[in-house]
Amino acid sequence: MQEDWRGNGTMLEISHISKTFNPGTVNAKPALEDLSLKVNDGDFITIIGANGAGKSTLFNAISGNFYVDKGSIILDGEDITFLPEYKRAVNIGRLFQDPMRGTAPGMSIEENLTLAAGKGGWLSRINNEQREEFREILKSLDMGLEDRLKHPMGLLSGGQRQAVTLLMATINPPKLLLLDEHTAALDPAAADKILSITKETVEKENLTCLMITHNMQSALELGNRTLMMDGGRIILDVSGDERRGMTVQDLVDRFRTLSGRALDNDRMML
Amino acid sequence: MMTYSLIQTALELGLISSLTVLALYLSYSMLNVCDLSTDGCFTMGATVGAVVAISGHPFLSIPAAMAAGVLSGFIVAILQTRMGIDSLLAGIIVNTAWYSVNIAIMGNASLLNMNKTETVFTGLKGVLDGTILSDSYRLIIAFIAAAFVVAFLAVFLKTRLGLAIRATGNNPDMVKSSSINPAFTTIVGLCIANAFTALSGCLMAQSQKSVNIDIGTGMVTIALASLLIGRVIFKKGGITTGAIGAVLGAIIFRIVYTIALRFNMPAYMLKLVSSVIVIIAISGPYLKSRMPLYAGRLERKRNNA
Repeated sequence: MQEDWRGNGTMLEISHISKTFNPGTVNAKPALEDLSLKVNDGDFITIIGANGAGKSTLFNAISGNFYVDKGSIILDGEDITFLPEYKRAVNIGRLFQDPMRGTAPGMSIEENLTLAAGKGGWLSRINNEQREEFREILKSLDMGLEDRLKHPMGLLSGGQRQAVTLLMATINPPKLLLLDEHTAALDPAAADKILSITKETVEKENLTCLMITHNMQSALELGNRTLMMDGGRIILDVSGDERRGMTVQDLVDRFRTLSGRALDNDRMML
Repeated sequence: MMTYSLIQTALELGLISSLTVLALYLSYSMLNVCDLSTDGCFTMGATVGAVVAISGHPFLSIPAAMAAGVLSGFIVAILQTRMGIDSLLAGIIVNTAWYSVNIAIMGNASLLNMNKTETVFTGLKGVLDGTILSDSYRLIIAFIAAAFVVAFLAVFLKTRLGLAIRATGNNPDMVKSSSINPAFTTIVGLCIANAFTALSGCLMAQSQKSVNIDIGTGMVTIALASLLIGRVIFKKGGITTGAIGAVLGAIIFRIVYTIALRFNMPAYMLKLVSSVIVIIAISGPYLKSRMPLYAGRLERKRNNA
């Protein structure tokens, strides 16, 4: 579906990156191994894989949580391989499974949004014009948060916090949006709500997006391309007609053939 | 019976030390950094202020002491954000180093006398001489300083930089994803906080008309005790309420201490008392949360017996 989302250029180009944690010790663990990936402008890619396959590690490498041992990462023509995490955040938005990670619980909704928007000088204060903007975008969530600008973030439910985190990550449309199982910790109703807001936002802003999911069905339904990871590598990359005809059973079978073992992720939903 | 002059002295000391409490409000409550360089920085403010005042510049002594505080805060912040030194250790190291530096500032002495020195206090005393306020000059200066710092924090902590500093203590990951470097906000926060600590030391020395090398010893614990007392008074409320609570906490601490002295508590008990207050204030909520567990264990024991 949605083949027409694709732009022409390459948004993200990862070339032969490797990362080993605790190198030179008995605990040495190769987390990414000679991994390359080219993401087109406008791609919405879903990523699946067993626990420890390197999905989150890949996101950590892209967002700059650590620097890779080898290889390069190019975002929209700019080499970001050695750029610190906070500088990459200008162009990369990220959501985690834990709704607590994306917001400051002791601060109000409007204060959180102000920091995410990053507008005005260091010594500027929140003005009514900004409050109106915040109210507007909060209204689009349809959660009644537009009347709670001054409420502490910590009082919101997990779903509400994740929705605001999504707003914060996309308030300045990023070049790349990384979603790391961002609905997995929510109850089913909240998860559905967040997923539909995600789809709307991605479509509206025409964002390039990578999404890790443990739900194989939505991995095939959402977006235009699916990656399967194992042992720090991408073992399957499907899109277009091939992906359109795929079923969850096909994915499970392909995993067994490609990795030489059964898919043993107990959290994986078939 | 407490005389008026005793209460006034307690108020003065409370307001002057409240500047250090407000510094910890910024570093400890907002940035979530326990800045153990507070003692050394307080003394440095006192020594720099005294030396500048003795050299004949009573009003220059205030900005000079604050500049020394900024420098002290900058160094302790660089150690922890850029050089991989644990924040507690960074404070202890700077504290130790400042002992030597402070003696050097005082010209190889551990005590300076300002009995005949013109200070900001004697300056105002001269102005108010003969008026009804002639005895309150110390209180007025202490009050102005505390009001200035509270007003500054009330405004500053709502600016974008202030928000970023608060968020750094609340969730540093969120600061990074807002494209702000948490190392930067930590450095700025500690520079500002230590400017207030040094101002506090400077005013304390000038009001007592002397500095000795031990003037700051235990300040961090005393200020923490005051901060936590203030927090008990104002459990809820915003940033400004919290800052006012910090000042009230400092005043209450001093008044209680003065009363205790009247009941013949020896003066050297001050530091033991402040340590006990900090222990109770921090461990209290923790022990309270463990109560159900203890109760459950006790009951299990009884049932088994």
